[in-house]
Amino acid sequence: MHTKTIAQLADDLANKKYSSVELTQHYLARINKYDKILNSFITVTEEMALAQAKAADELRAKGQAALLTGIPYAHKDIFCTKGIKTTCASKMLDNFIAPYDATVTQKLHDAGMVMLGKTNMDEFAMGSSNETSYYGPVKNPWDITTVPGGSSGGSAAAVAGRLAPMSTGTDTGGSIRQPASYCNLTGLKPTYGRVSRWGMIAFASSLDHGGVLAQSAEDSALLMEEISGFDAKDSTSVNTVVPNYKAMLNNSIKGLKIGLPKEFFCGKLDSVVADKVNTAAKALEKLGASLHEITLPNIGLSIPAYYVIAPAECSTNLSRYDGVRFGYRCKDPKDLNDLYCRSRSEGFGSEVKRRILIGTMVLSADSYEAYYVKAQQVRRLIREDFIQAYQQVDLILSPTTTSVAFGIGEKSNDPITMYLSDLYTAATNLAGLPSLSLPAGFINDLPIGFQLIGNHFEEGLLLNTAHQYQQVTDWHLQMPKEFQ
Amino acid sequence: MSGNFTPEQVKHVARLAALNMDEASIPTVCAALSKTFQLIAQLQEVDTTDVAPMCHPLDAKQLLRADEVTEHDLRDVLLAGAPATEAGLILVPKVIE
Repeated sequence: MHTKTIAQLADDLANKKYSSVELTQHYLARINKYDKILNSFITVTEEMALAQAKAADELRAKGQAALLTGIPYAHKDIFCTKGIKTTCASKMLDNFIAPYDATVTQKLHDAGMVMLGKTNMDEFAMGSSNETSYYGPVKNPWDITTVPGGSSGGSAAAVAGRLAPMSTGTDTGGSIRQPASYCNLTGLKPTYGRVSRWGMIAFASSLDHGGVLAQSAEDSALLMEEISGFDAKDSTSVNTVVPNYKAMLNNSIKGLKIGLPKEFFCGKLDSVVADKVNTAAKALEKLGASLHEITLPNIGLSIPAYYVIAPAECSTNLSRYDGVRFGYRCKDPKDLNDLYCRSRSEGFGSEVKRRILIGTMVLSADSYEAYYVKAQQVRRLIREDFIQAYQQVDLILSPTTTSVAFGIGEKSNDPITMYLSDLYTAATNLAGLPSLSLPAGFINDLPIGFQLIGNHFEEGLLLNTAHQYQQVTDWHLQMPKEFQ
Repeated sequence: MSGNFTPEQVKHVARLAALNMDEASIPTVCAALSKTFQLIAQLQEVDTTDVAPMCHPLDAKQLLRADEVTEHDLRDVLLAGAPATEAGLILVPKVIE
């Protein structure tokens, strides 16, 4: 069962090949067997999952099942789940039982899906390797000495190891797409505002995006239809119709114009990675698309701009963790200031504290104009470059990551090297553009993805193009031998 | 602001951020912050004259809603998560002498 995609599982359940309870038990048994190796889950919600599966089977018996009724999934531990521990992989929220469901949680519940548990992640979504979690690092099922990527590392590892057929994720600088690349998955970060952020614990509010990590573009399309849509509770949610992504998958891509930014394909890109990405581009060309060189002149500033804006917004968002109303409180505070400072210092890990310090610095009175305002100006220039490019092309193609998954501990002592992992991904968070990473092949037996970037609200075109690519390649069907 | 942080600058920002800094970690933190600011300094190389800052990727306007209470009786639910409570109130160390 675990070698099947969600589309196939939905079919099997509809044809009563097995029940949702049997399917859920199968995944729970795999989690029990393999997660001690991967550490991809923080909380496994066994009882609740079986209750949801039973309810799904009852609905199906009454002829009321919908497409995804009874299908299990894993949920990144950044989404609030009512009555269930929601930690953001931080000691600060180790004791936090969410009093409400995030909109994404509610939507998947309404779709009749079965939540297996909450997945591990970098603390407060800050990281690119899942090494900053309070609950320990996550291992990449393709090679357990390597990282799965981050911050949605637990989500990626769980799906790559087929402990779940799909997982939710979030992406602020690349946190869905980079793990997707490292773990041989299809990971979609939609347009900003496409998926509600209500109940999605905030890291950087203008950069955070909810999305999915799945086995295929087809699966991603099915899930995106469920989780997308306007939400009055999220004031940045966009009120535009959610297209029928599934119906768009089989459109021909003949005549599609694909841009390759010359700044991404210059000498700095590793030639083996470049080769994989160019091979993927050629495959799309064979399907009828045309390739064009484009320029994004300011793209090189996306990392500096990101590492001003994200820490700035994080320092504001994380000021709510003060030990007063919820979360971790230090023992025996001597006064209010001691309560704040010790709760925060003891509750947050070092990467989180580092980013809060950077953010506080760039927002301080004598630095605000030179750093924060400047970064927001550069942000507009980056977005304008993309708008210009979309006058000439329909989609942009690029690498997702600079390399395959790196070794655990290899970059954790050098934050700057870690930050540069976001080189190809952070720009689309700044510009709010939808972008997707999908498998392009293997380098030394480790997976590597390539990225497609669309104009605002062009998720359908991204998924369509990815699906067409996945009809003529089988990278995405591979899974690690040890977990088969 | 220069790219090289002094311990005093780091301690000042830590105070603003309500974070304690232990003396032993200050050199490492200074070094990490200095490196980050060297990265960020690249932003100064580009001309942004007459470019409006962009806080929202779609330049959207803040939506407003009617000023009506939509959530009622949440006190017990919200207090359940508080570290210390008494008589429906959250307890903190004495503020006023």
